[in-house]
Amino acid sequence: MINLFKIKGQKREEAANAAGRTVKKQSPGELRLQKDISELNLPNTTKISFPNGKDDLMSFEISIKPDEGYYLGGTFIFTFQISPSYPHEPPKVKCKTKLYHPNIDLEGNVCLNILREDWKPVLNINTVIYGLNLLFSQPNDEDPLNHEAAAVLRDNPRLFETNVKRAMSGGYVGQVHFPRCM
Amino acid sequence: MAEVATEGRWKDVDRLLSRHGNLVSAEFDPRPNLREDIGEYVKVLVVGAGGLGCELLKDLALSGFKNIDVIDMDTIEVSNLNRQFLFRLQDVGKSKAEVAAKRVMERVSGVNIVPHFGRIEDKELDFYSNFDIIVLGLDSIEARSYINSVACGFLEYDADDNALLETVKPMVDGGTEGFKGHARVIMPGTTPCFECNIWLFPPQVKFPLCTLAETPRTPAHCIEYAHLIKWDEAHSGKAFDADNPDHMLWVYKEALKRAELFGISGVTYSLTQGVVKNIIPAIASTNAIVSAACALEALKIVSGCSKTLSNYMTYNGQEGTHIKVTDFFRETDCLVCGPGTLIEIEPSVTLAEFIEKLEKHPDVLMSKASVTHRGNNLYMQAPPVLEEMTRSNLNLALYDLLGKVAKDTVHVSGMTEKNGKRSSSLRKLRVSFKGVSAGPTDMDTR
Repeated sequence: MINLFKIKGQKREEAANAAGRTVKKQSPGELRLQKDISELNLPNTTKISFPNGKDDLMSFEISIKPDEGYYLGGTFIFTFQISPSYPHEPPKVKCKTKLYHPNIDLEGNVCLNILREDWKPVLNINTVIYGLNLLFSQPNDEDPLNHEAAAVLRDNPRLFETNVKRAMSGGYVGQVHFPRCM
Repeated sequence: MAEVATEGRWKDVDRLLSRHGNLVSAEFDPRPNLREDIGEYVKVLVVGAGGLGCELLKDLALSGFKNIDVIDMDTIEVSNLNRQFLFRLQDVGKSKAEVAAKRVMERVSGVNIVPHFGRIEDKELDFYSNFDIIVLGLDSIEARSYINSVACGFLEYDADDNALLETVKPMVDGGTEGFKGHARVIMPGTTPCFECNIWLFPPQVKFPLCTLAETPRTPAHCIEYAHLIKWDEAHSGKAFDADNPDHMLWVYKEALKRAELFGISGVTYSLTQGVVKNIIPAIASTNAIVSAACALEALKIVSGCSKTLSNYMTYNGQEGTHIKVTDFFRETDCLVCGPGTLIEIEPSVTLAEFIEKLEKHPDVLMSKASVTHRGNNLYMQAPPVLEEMTRSNLNLALYDLLGKVAKDTVHVSGMTEKNGKRSSSLRKLRVSFKGVSAGPTDMDTR
């Protein structure tokens, strides 16, 4: 219960105290993100950068340079956008590099289960980065976003390898042109 | 507009406020002019002027509150008119807060409602600290989380980790969805805050992108395909705006095409809106019930005329009516409303020395801590690029880094060991500098 007669006297004090504190507080999501970032254990293939400086961790970029498999030699950039409801909502990840991949479409949408239906608040940025690295070492042809690429991977892995190299070097695969990324 | 006869209007509220009872709070002081005092001295903020907001403004005004502020960033739409009863067809397009305030003031003499047409995030902290009680009629987790962190941000603790009563900003939070709803009382420092129990929310339904792309089976799959995948393909660069009817119509037509392709039935325009905006149709009676509970709790908190709800009421009107009240417990180490751990240090201590002290402090025992203060990352142990950017802070005095205040809150994350097991943790610390006097209030009393 509020003591009504204290209220009038209180208001002056509160105003004085609050005046020094108009700085925005950090949301719990930002705090949890800060913890995830401070514990990042990046593999050798991955680098991270913060385009908005050290105090805005909610949007950042990572670049992956696979050291094995079909995509060896290429560099692929992903943007991460963290919502204020993190970790209850997964990070929004998009691929900024146009590439030939069964699980990443030409608009940059990434099909990774933990980014959508299998996301749990106990997962973190490390797990997402690990998942993205797996996409390059183990692209899979089941439930693809890029149907043609998936079909080629399934039916003709040699041709798939050639297509990937041609795309990374900045050439055409079918009717689609890919910018160079190696 | 003609004033409805007020004779007898306040009879029931006055009866409640002028008589003793068995359920009253210890400080309850029943007297005939208690309602007038509430009207004169208490300032209440209503957040949201929609389904719950309209009902709340009416209920609070008719309970004797006279100084009410209402904030809402939306304008009135035709679909609101079935339940947001303060609005009429000619009001479509106008600010909900402004129209709602005007209508209630016309019907209840003496009440003063100040509307704010804008976002809750755009208001300064001073704005919120002005109110004695905040009542929420919101429709999203994010908005509730924001207000909760603002209100709990005012909370201060003494040296024994007890909440200081003058810093407690009570909130009453209501929410509805179809036939279901809840009302809860949040007393920061005593009851759980919104973050303490946020784990209660079930995860949102998200479909795998590849299902949407390859093997849709339900109308929702078709709608999400059009919304998430096809939109970007056809309008690359342009962001999808769920409030733009042309965008929504485009998604509906695309979803219909896809559904036809796969032989799926059930795609309708209203389902499209529901899936894209996560909307569940609203029912006037649910809003009325939940708002009534909230307004009553506000009256109880302010007057002490009865025991308050302790502390979470759920309502389900799907089959019959079912109400249950659960007494949830606080999270002792809640990052938002918890006391954190008190650390007292000299103003000369550097950030590097502070981080070292945390390793040995008996209540913390954290190694390799990263420190953040009000959104500023003072020192990050990883990744290398951030460690480099923050390394220069290590030699600066923590007192200077925190803005030369006598005490403030920081958060630290690092490795701690419990029962022989090492794990990472995130902790809230109340840093207090020895020998430094506390701010402006000291100067006032001299």
